[in-house]
Amino acid sequence: MQKIVVDPITRIEGHLRVEVVVDDNNVVKEAYTGSTLWRGIETIVKNRDPRDVGFMTQRICGVCTYSHYRAGIEAVENALGIIPPKNAKLVRTLMNAALYLHDHCVHFYQLHGLDFVDVVSALSADVKKAEEEALKWCDKPLACGVGDLQAVKEKLKNFVDKGDLGPFANAYWGHKTYRFSPEQNLIALSHYLECLKIQRTAAQLTAIFGAKQPHPQSLTVGGVTCVMDILDPSRIGEFKTKFLEVSDFVHRAYLADIKMAASVYKNEASVMNDIGVDNFMCAKEFYLGDEYLFEGGVLLNVLSNPTLSEIDESAITEEATHSWYKNDAALHPYDGEQEPHYTGFKDEKTLDENAKLVDTKVFDTEGKYSWIKAPRYKGLPVQVGPIATILINYFKKNPIVVKEVDALLKELNIELKDLLSTLGRTAARMIEAKIVSENALKALDSLVENLKVDDSTCAAYVIDKNKEYKGRFIGNAPRGMLSHWVRIKDGVVSNYQAVVPSTWNASPKDAKKQMGSYEACIIGLKIADLTKPLEIIRKIHSYDPCIACAVHVFDKKGNELGRYKVGV
Amino acid sequence: MDFSARLKELESFERKDNKASLSSMLKQNGFTRRDFLKYSSAMAAMLGLSSTFAPTIAKAIELADRLPVIWLHMAECTGCSESLLRSDAPTIDSLIFDYINLEYHETIMAASGFQAESNLENAMKKHKGKYILMVEGAIPAGQSSFYLTLGAHAKKGEEIAKQACNNAAAIFAIGACSSFGGIQAAAPNPTNAMPLSKITNKAVINVPGCPPSEKNIVGNVLHYVLYGTLPALDNYNRPKWAYENRIHDLCERRGHFDAGEFVQSFGDEGAKKGYCLYKVGCKGPYTFNNCSKLRFNQHTNWPIGAGHGCIGCSEPDFWDNMGPFEEPLKSHLFKSISADATSDKIGIGVLTLTGLTIAAHAVISSVKKD
Repeated sequence: MQKIVVDPITRIEGHLRVEVVVDDNNVVKEAYTGSTLWRGIETIVKNRDPRDVGFMTQRICGVCTYSHYRAGIEAVENALGIIPPKNAKLVRTLMNAALYLHDHCVHFYQLHGLDFVDVVSALSADVKKAEEEALKWCDKPLACGVGDLQAVKEKLKNFVDKGDLGPFANAYWGHKTYRFSPEQNLIALSHYLECLKIQRTAAQLTAIFGAKQPHPQSLTVGGVTCVMDILDPSRIGEFKTKFLEVSDFVHRAYLADIKMAASVYKNEASVMNDIGVDNFMCAKEFYLGDEYLFEGGVLLNVLSNPTLSEIDESAITEEATHSWYKNDAALHPYDGEQEPHYTGFKDEKTLDENAKLVDTKVFDTEGKYSWIKAPRYKGLPVQVGPIATILINYFKKNPIVVKEVDALLKELNIELKDLLSTLGRTAARMIEAKIVSENALKALDSLVENLKVDDSTCAAYVIDKNKEYKGRFIGNAPRGMLSHWVRIKDGVVSNYQAVVPSTWNASPKDAKKQMGSYEACIIGLKIADLTKPLEIIRKIHSYDPCIACAVHVFDKKGNELGRYKVGV
Repeated sequence: MDFSARLKELESFERKDNKASLSSMLKQNGFTRRDFLKYSSAMAAMLGLSSTFAPTIAKAIELADRLPVIWLHMAECTGCSESLLRSDAPTIDSLIFDYINLEYHETIMAASGFQAESNLENAMKKHKGKYILMVEGAIPAGQSSFYLTLGAHAKKGEEIAKQACNNAAAIFAIGACSSFGGIQAAAPNPTNAMPLSKITNKAVINVPGCPPSEKNIVGNVLHYVLYGTLPALDNYNRPKWAYENRIHDLCERRGHFDAGEFVQSFGDEGAKKGYCLYKVGCKGPYTFNNCSKLRFNQHTNWPIGAGHGCIGCSEPDFWDNMGPFEEPLKSHLFKSISADATSDKIGIGVLTLTGLTIAAHAVISSVKKD
């Protein structure tokens, strides 16, 4: 038995550490994932003006930059009983769609892609063969003509010849579980570079109605402020044009590459058969004017006895048995209670990059080991994310989803159960992006139609200082289901809590030792080389971790947490 | 400032690859020399230099690939890194990856775990005294430093940041958090989060904003390359070239302010006409940044353009001093001097007067209008 530590997990948002214990055959027997940063934003929003909350919660994350903004605003709207005008709701949908396309593309290429793409191998690609390969996966592949690929190859060669790989240095190039041919690596690398361009365009989409990206600034409690942009036909045109440009990338690069990756990696053990937690949950999302694009729900026990139901909000709790907070009890987010209680690491010897046993720090796995809490639904761990949205909508027979999923399964010659894996999480994200890219402009059409009869963008409201309010937002962020819960008293925030996608997926064990999905999906994994745990990183990245989002705390009693004595 | 001497100094640096000239590299990357010079002119304008400096800047950028850059993530949200990735024409992201030696950046780098830690240690050793350090995020400090640990040895973030500062040639605190503590340092600051300048004795250039625009991040690196010294700074160590003017000074809605035309509530008739946002909380008169001029996302838009007031995100402690964000500052404006000390030496008294004048102007003109 041997323990290995992977910290930092890079190419994610935030600070995440993974520890695993492997047996003599390098098969993972135990897994622990924890966050090593705490910021305390829920504590900070307390006693503030409810109108300011969205701006502060937005700073939970600069990647899901719009998700927490909208959640903070809509939780307050829900508490105050405000229904924003239709125009405002549609603009919010368009900004959300822009974020999804941005986030999913960047995730696959810049963050997750290098787990599948061996950059150095692309150097030996035959560009003619690569062009032929690209044509197998798309009729009109993007940036994959012989000339394009030759240019990318030369660019790479020049870069490698400098003798300094910069951000590509010291990775696991040449690892035996990389399965792309040099030609396939070159195609993906070409799209990696294209994505660096398209991500700017995708960010501009948010900025058109949102002022800027990251951290847009046009939502306000009651509606949106970008009324001039909404009433400006050139802005509508700008949005549509840029949206179609990003959508083109989704179809000619992202979709094609996922199919190419699936064809090769479906035979790679380290991306298959790792369902993680087999309970799924998602919210309804993408208001289009008359309907929602995706339905919400809960799908429990997919492997043994699938049961589908609507979300019961009262069944959500969080506990902290293995989290660095004092109160371990499972409580509903409206009533949660937590105080930081840091107990630190233990000294141990673990394997370093040269396979030597060195003195390191390790989690106290019997005690507390993460700043992330353990959310549970009816006491069960749940997996959230695009895979949840796609599975639940497939089970609910959402026709758009059924069509996409069936087409992909047929083309790749795989079964639905094969999607219960790292490959499935990655493919589901692409399917979601594709569906959003093909349907979100319906919200733009609805907006234009509605503007003919109604140009209102904000609903009026009052905050009665003598009344107490509580409300919540439940929706989806690109990483999965997101909820914010707020209580307002004396005209200020008295309690706040965010239960976020990465909290569900990255949760440590609970009192019953039930694992979160990150931990569960690593168990049983065989690692080829303990000094280069590429397989672990690949699985963790498939969730698109957003760890700053996952770490939060609030304190019901209104104490200043800074004054707590903390055991080190 | 002796530019020619600085350029000679830059030229004396060892080239990473003597065979590859910038022009050939640019060509391989799909840029024309013309694109590049256009970009250099834009940069010259941005740095407040005349266009005759464009060739000098081009030369400086040409030499910039020898500048190692280490980017650290502390207590942050990655918004500043995201902003960096939005860098624009001509495809500056590619310029950064190709011509600045980005030795360590957790969001982008391929290595993880031990290998990532080694990259950082090796870079600090190999480029000791020569690298540019850019830090994103505040730093839980002192007895609270355990709120951030990194790596297999669970080193405190504070310890890593201090070490990186000690051996850096120039240090940039990127974003409101690293510059001034940011959101996690807002009351009651439960993690004792500190600005970078509070944990090191070395000079720190603050590049605040939440996040700063892509131009302010990249422009500062170029400034260092060009001058080889720290840029001229204001009282809060912000580069004057970017943070010299108030948002209000160059605001596109300034005419409406002067005319006494104000949005009274979001979504009203004034909002549809682009009236001044002062009365719905705009902090533009108290905020120093170049957003009015450069905007965000390749000039796509900016908060005031999108009908929301400025929240003052490039000022110290703005989370505590500028709220509620949708009301004018009024009487609670001066509970701290944070927004009031300025680069152009306007004293607190003068700006207090300015603030009161603005408030009075808003009231008077509103009376007139109504």
